[in-house]
Amino acid sequence: MSLSRQIPRSQRLVATMRAAIALAAALVLLQIPADAARDNALAIDLSQDLIGISTGFKGADVLLFGTTDGDGDVIVVVRSPDSQVIVRRKERVAGVWVNASELIFDDAPGFYHVAASAPLEDLLPTPALDANQIGTDHIAFKSHFHTSRNQEEAFRSALVRNKQRSSLYTEGLSAVDFRGDRLFRTRVALPANVPMGDYKVTVYLVRDGEISDRSESLLQVRKVGFEAKITEFAFEQAPLYGLIAVIIALIAGWFAGFVFRKV
Amino acid sequence: MTIYLPIAEMSVDVFLILLMGGGVGFLSGLFGVGGGFLMTPLLIFIGITPAVAVATEANQIVAASVSGVLAHMRRGNVDFKMGAVLTVGGFLGSSLGVGIFTFLREIGQVDLLVQLSYVLFLGVVGLLMLFESARAIFRMRTGTATRGKLHQHTWLHGLPLKMRFRRSRLYISALLPLGIGFFVGILAAIMGVGGGFLMVPAMIYVLGMPTAVVVGTSLFQIIFVTANVTFLQAINNQTVDIVLALLLLTGAVIGAQLGTKVSGRLRGEELRGLLALMVLGVCAKIGIELVSTPEDIFSISETPGFGL
Repeated sequence: MSLSRQIPRSQRLVATMRAAIALAAALVLLQIPADAARDNALAIDLSQDLIGISTGFKGADVLLFGTTDGDGDVIVVVRSPDSQVIVRRKERVAGVWVNASELIFDDAPGFYHVAASAPLEDLLPTPALDANQIGTDHIAFKSHFHTSRNQEEAFRSALVRNKQRSSLYTEGLSAVDFRGDRLFRTRVALPANVPMGDYKVTVYLVRDGEISDRSESLLQVRKVGFEAKITEFAFEQAPLYGLIAVIIALIAGWFAGFVFRKV
Repeated sequence: MTIYLPIAEMSVDVFLILLMGGGVGFLSGLFGVGGGFLMTPLLIFIGITPAVAVATEANQIVAASVSGVLAHMRRGNVDFKMGAVLTVGGFLGSSLGVGIFTFLREIGQVDLLVQLSYVLFLGVVGLLMLFESARAIFRMRTGTATRGKLHQHTWLHGLPLKMRFRRSRLYISALLPLGIGFFVGILAAIMGVGGGFLMVPAMIYVLGMPTAVVVGTSLFQIIFVTANVTFLQAINNQTVDIVLALLLLTGAVIGAQLGTKVSGRLRGEELRGLLALMVLGVCAKIGIELVSTPEDIFSISETPGFGL
């Protein structure tokens, strides 16, 4: 237990250091003449690039820092790897609610977060939002079967609604704060039920209704320590894991019986 | 205090899980049922995925049943011969049940089947037991109890392969307990439970076993059937969460011991009446869920599983 508690503390220390470095880098960038920084109109960094899920994990906050080389708005998209999601619709059959129809989407991100310094619709036209999958209404889900457009739309919005309910799809509009003209930051909240994987963090710099620059970063979410060992064991040595699970249960039951005989 | 469950992939309150394990363990010791029919819906209610809930619950029932059996063994209330025959049937039945479960999962209607079997079997068993125990209690109060035959002789007693079960004071065909073990095994696999709530009344009303022996013998065969299910689930689906199981069984083994102690102080028909009320309660809750309008008629799932 003490080991696993130390991990987040050391991570926090690293996070603070990284934040300080990011801030220093930002200040240096601000001194550089605009034309010299043209190739890098956007620079970003995360307070931590590994979210380690250990025994005490209750969710995590990641701070994203960045600078721009001048005016403009910023959109931040954090997206986990895609996976298959089945959306089912219930209907009443003879008084009982039954799953009557389903639609399978192949490319649904497990986690999706978007934050921007202004409402998305004011920043970019709809085709640009669709093309870059910016905003929960603009994620491109590919459905498994061909259905009518109306049907698919109902299932699509149900998918987003269900994910929003479990805090896995979040929109933090005007959640990107500018400090002065060039320095910005935003907080990304990962709930305790986040999916594992390599998350893609994309930051867009928007000027006059167009994306003028983008910058990408990687955020790893994975189990560490005890949690990682158990999962690895369960998947890679399944028969042994099953056997040990049964033996532990037998011993625990016998032990309790033994202890209580004396009482 | 919260703990992150590695296989369930969610964070839970340690004390809530211990309390749930203790409460269900107490009832399991009291009634001689594994408690799965209570715990599995409870786990799903707190947000554990049904696949993990079913598999982990099987693991937990193993411990609770061992602990319960030890207490009953000390009173000589386990018919090992009967238990062994039931276990053979249970192994065959639960293996077939897992096959049926997988098939229904593929055609996408397993959730409805699970809920309907909960409502149907809990409802029928609960009502039967409630009426029977009420009648027994009523007879005793009015003093009209008559000493009848030990049990009725029907065509069931004409079956071949007769075996003597001394502890149960029965001389019946081995096909009867084999068939019961098989049938309960199928339902146990489909419903994700140990099957005690079906096994106990079947032993009393179909086999005609004395109530005192029924509870211990039921727990005895549940150990083997649920150990089999745990092992199969770990191999096929990797859905046994050992951390969750340990928390649940810590509460459950203690609860089961207390339950067994209390069960010695209650009359058989009172026990059956109480169990009947509880079974009907769970049945009603699932039944109401089936007919009431859901908050959102759409639901999502990552795998083609079931959403109890």
